[in-house]
Amino acid sequence: MTDSQRSQLLHLGVIALLFVAFFVLPTYHVGNLSRIMVLAVYAIGYNFLFGYTGLLSLGHALFFAAGMYGLGLSMELFDLTTAPALMVGLASALIVSAVIGFLALRTSGVSFMIVTLMFAQAGYLTILYFGSYTRGDEGFVIQQADRVLFGLDLSNDTARYFAALVLFSVCFLAVARLVQSPFGRTLVAIRENEERARMLGYNTVAHKLKAVVISGTIAGVAGAAYALLFGYAGATFATVQYSIFPLLWVLLGGAGTTIGPLIGVIFMFYLIDLSSDITSAYMLIAGVVLVLLTLFAPQGLAGELRKRVFKWMP
Amino acid sequence: MVTKPESKFTRRGMLKTMAAGTGAIAATSALPGLSGFAQAQSSAPIKIGFQVHRTGIGAAYGRWYNRTTEAAVKRINDMGGINGRPVELVAEDDGTDPKRGAEVVEKFATQHECDIAFGTLFSHVVYGSSPRAGELKLPYFVVSEGHHVASGKLNRYTLQPGITDVKSQVQAMAPFVANNLGKKVTMIFPDFAFGHDHRDFFTAAIEAQGGEVVEHIAIPPTETSFSKYFPRIPRETEVIYHVMVGPAVLTFVKELGEFFGPSSPEIFGFIDSLEAVDIKSPGLEFLEGTYFWEGNPRNAQADQTSHDKAYRAAVGVDDNGASVEDAQDVSTYSHMFGCWETLNIIKRGMETAGYQGPADRAKLIEAVEAMSDMPLSDDHPQGAKRFNGKTHQTFGHQYISKVSDGKLVVEHTTSIEDGLYEDEVDYTTQSF
Repeated sequence: MTDSQRSQLLHLGVIALLFVAFFVLPTYHVGNLSRIMVLAVYAIGYNFLFGYTGLLSLGHALFFAAGMYGLGLSMELFDLTTAPALMVGLASALIVSAVIGFLALRTSGVSFMIVTLMFAQAGYLTILYFGSYTRGDEGFVIQQADRVLFGLDLSNDTARYFAALVLFSVCFLAVARLVQSPFGRTLVAIRENEERARMLGYNTVAHKLKAVVISGTIAGVAGAAYALLFGYAGATFATVQYSIFPLLWVLLGGAGTTIGPLIGVIFMFYLIDLSSDITSAYMLIAGVVLVLLTLFAPQGLAGELRKRVFKWMP
Repeated sequence: MVTKPESKFTRRGMLKTMAAGTGAIAATSALPGLSGFAQAQSSAPIKIGFQVHRTGIGAAYGRWYNRTTEAAVKRINDMGGINGRPVELVAEDDGTDPKRGAEVVEKFATQHECDIAFGTLFSHVVYGSSPRAGELKLPYFVVSEGHHVASGKLNRYTLQPGITDVKSQVQAMAPFVANNLGKKVTMIFPDFAFGHDHRDFFTAAIEAQGGEVVEHIAIPPTETSFSKYFPRIPRETEVIYHVMVGPAVLTFVKELGEFFGPSSPEIFGFIDSLEAVDIKSPGLEFLEGTYFWEGNPRNAQADQTSHDKAYRAAVGVDDNGASVEDAQDVSTYSHMFGCWETLNIIKRGMETAGYQGPADRAKLIEAVEAMSDMPLSDDHPQGAKRFNGKTHQTFGHQYISKVSDGKLVVEHTTSIEDGLYEDEVDYTTQSF
């Protein structure tokens, strides 16, 4: 079996596992998995930029929120139905990421990090400033009647789970394919040595801009899906905390691995969920575990697996 | 009207279909076990999922909501529980975060198998959690004072029977302000949803009293220094209305005092500015002689009711509104009574509905919706209430206190009618 076949088997196996999980896991964990899959899409988008292109952004909450508010506000203010609103969410994230990418890519390294952070903060304050429309920090509910897509009521647990699974599968497989394509290989080359990639004749700025747009749009789709599946849009999702989450998920799961984002989200979700049952200082437990993982598994869980056992892992 | 279409495509349905072959045999052998469970369930505790802000921006409130809730549950259990069953609290921290809030509601319903969820304060957490509570058909009793419930933006499973909402509070203040303090008001408020509610509701209410807001000063939420905003206060201002929250409150009040010195217009604030803060803190001296809205008087008053006395003792609050164990630990007295009163309403609702288990959740909501007047009592130590079953929102008395010798002394108590407004929704028309 070739490495490529192994990779495909792994990806399809993960999707099959998630499919089966719906039927075998207790209701609580099925509900959690619905959220985890949507958040994993966000992490997949982040990983595309950070893990494969080597650009560390601290402003992805802006893209997540662009998708969320693109969908939410078009429903709330213009009474759009679900499918067009979803497209508006996607388009919002695409446009915002293109503009931010165009401006932020004039910098690199730490400056890129700070510039993206500042843009995201400006986005958060913009949501608060236009509170008359966005309801600011309180946010707003997307009513059940509006959450119907192609006849499926997405507030229903089953429909929600499979909608999340379809979205996750599409993004998961598409990005896995993309990073193996010549374009993806070029991004990895840029990550490893941008000067060399440029010397080989690649337009690295254009490649990086495309990576920001793809990454931001996937993050935005996750934001729109979150609002649609869970019925709420709020400014909290635009705060810096929600820019740091995908970074943590990807670092924990394994940057530059295809299954790392999913593993990272699952790990972090249950780390908080389980430790909060033990103590109210659960963030301390989470913090200690994160430090330990960073010390002893610096490449993340999937990264370590790839390094030590499955060297073929994509 | 928002109704949830019934989907035939459910997880349970699919599992049933898949298990059809073996189901009959399994059911036969399981029947004795099932009846045993039903019997045990009748004496099993009623589980109340308590969504508490232990961490995050709401932590100071959460600490006192927790103490009040534990005291109320102890009292209910000491009186024999609900329908002869003890009450068990299942507390989960939501981090004052709407995403985690929704996850916690899910945990209550599907992991802890709670009968109801209860206790949320911050509006954005209510907004984030309420849709999931509705989907899970989990009665969700919030103690938030937000206008979200009465505005019709939530659902039939979300109720706020134990605390009045901001629209009602603000509206009830306007007559006193206009008649006693002045008609030309400058409002200083945080530039986010909570502040905007004050801006919109009070501006309309003071105009209805023949007054006007001469300047709206919105302070950005990230602001740490306020002096630069004060020159915007017009000279003609007769009353300053302030409602700042968050960690910068002390700085705000100190800088306001430094700006005006000994001669200032009348000052009226919402105690939200100083919940959990000792009014005798250094720098707050200039608050002497100013007025505050209080949801429930922090300092025990000369005419303190026996109900307030009993409530204070049960929760462990002294006559100054601080913990009996630590005089520096000032309570959130204007809000936390809502937990006490809401739990008593839940008890009454469950008893009226003959509540036995989750199958009776709709009956519980209908029983609460049928409630109206609730007299001042040990169950309602803050004062009498009038619950509106259609809007799922309660109305009650508000208190206006003046700071005298470092204590909040009640000057005026509003009537329930002062806070009433037109219904904006009728949740009873929504299906379960």
